[in-house]
Amino acid sequence: MDVNLEVFLIILGMGLVTYATRSGGLWMMGRIKLSPRVEAGLRYVPGAVFISMIAPALFTGGLAELAAGILTGAIAVRTRNLLLAMIIGVLAVWLFRQVK
Amino acid sequence: MSEQTSNEKPTKVEPVTYDLRGVIAGIRRTFPVGISIFAYGLIFGVLSGQAGLHIFEALLMSSLVYAGSAQFAVLGMWIAPLPAASIIITTLIINLRHVLMGAALYPWFSQVSPLKRYLTAYLMTDESWALTMGEYMNGRRNAGFLLGSGIVAFIAWNSSTIAGQLLGGVVQDPAKYGLDFAFTAVFIALLLGLWRGKGDLLPWGIAALVAIVVSQALPGKWYILAGGFAGSLMGAWTYGRKS
Repeated sequence: MDVNLEVFLIILGMGLVTYATRSGGLWMMGRIKLSPRVEAGLRYVPGAVFISMIAPALFTGGLAELAAGILTGAIAVRTRNLLLAMIIGVLAVWLFRQVK
Repeated sequence: MSEQTSNEKPTKVEPVTYDLRGVIAGIRRTFPVGISIFAYGLIFGVLSGQAGLHIFEALLMSSLVYAGSAQFAVLGMWIAPLPAASIIITTLIINLRHVLMGAALYPWFSQVSPLKRYLTAYLMTDESWALTMGEYMNGRRNAGFLLGSGIVAFIAWNSSTIAGQLLGGVVQDPAKYGLDFAFTAVFIALLLGLWRGKGDLLPWGIAALVAIVVSQALPGKWYILAGGFAGSLMGAWTYGRKS
């Protein structure tokens, strides 16, 4: 089994911080109370992180990526099917790149 | 927001149990969700292989971290030399939502022994948490439900990670088939699944804008953190201003 030590330590670190978040809410509740404003901010974390991950690639990439991205979004909203949206997105970008 | 979750603790809580019946109920209810988790894990398996993770490393991540969105996010950073600090901080930031989710489970799990409470917390994912909260809202009080749900989700996620890694080994040049776009496509779908209404426009817009600017200004993947922070701050800032 090839696992390099650096990779192992990084994954372990990821696991530790993740467990801290999972147990943290239960642990904290008996002790402090989050303000509604902080709660609202926390609710935006996943969306803000997700869009930050894709926005630079979509807006600095080519037309093929942008068009495929819009199509993927449309499929995702219509079908709520992650796998289908991904497959259509991949096919679309492949197709659009041939056109260029 | 019209409906607010109550902050007040119930004065009297029904007796909470944690036993096999709850576990079995959790297993049963999670099976359909398990299929979509499996499909999602398959994608993670393929993409993790493309990012350079060996099969055992990917499995280690799926079992030790066991958090889909964070695992997908760090794949984008998995470029040698590995930015250890960015990877771990990004994982923490993305998973901060768990703090909120755990807090919502508190009225239930405060009645369970600390050992069970903190062991079961390991299995709290978005999906299992949502199903468990549904159970709680329906008046059921068997906290073993989360354990049962978590077991199904954990097996689905880890077995599909292996399957995806094996599948990915067959595909040689991902960009040739547009597979390099799979990651972006998945996150577009995940992002739109989070849409709750016009109130999201400003925080998401700010996040995207900051991410684009920072990606031009700074090397590496700091733009993910910068955009994530900016969007969340904007979300907190606009809280209470929405109609």
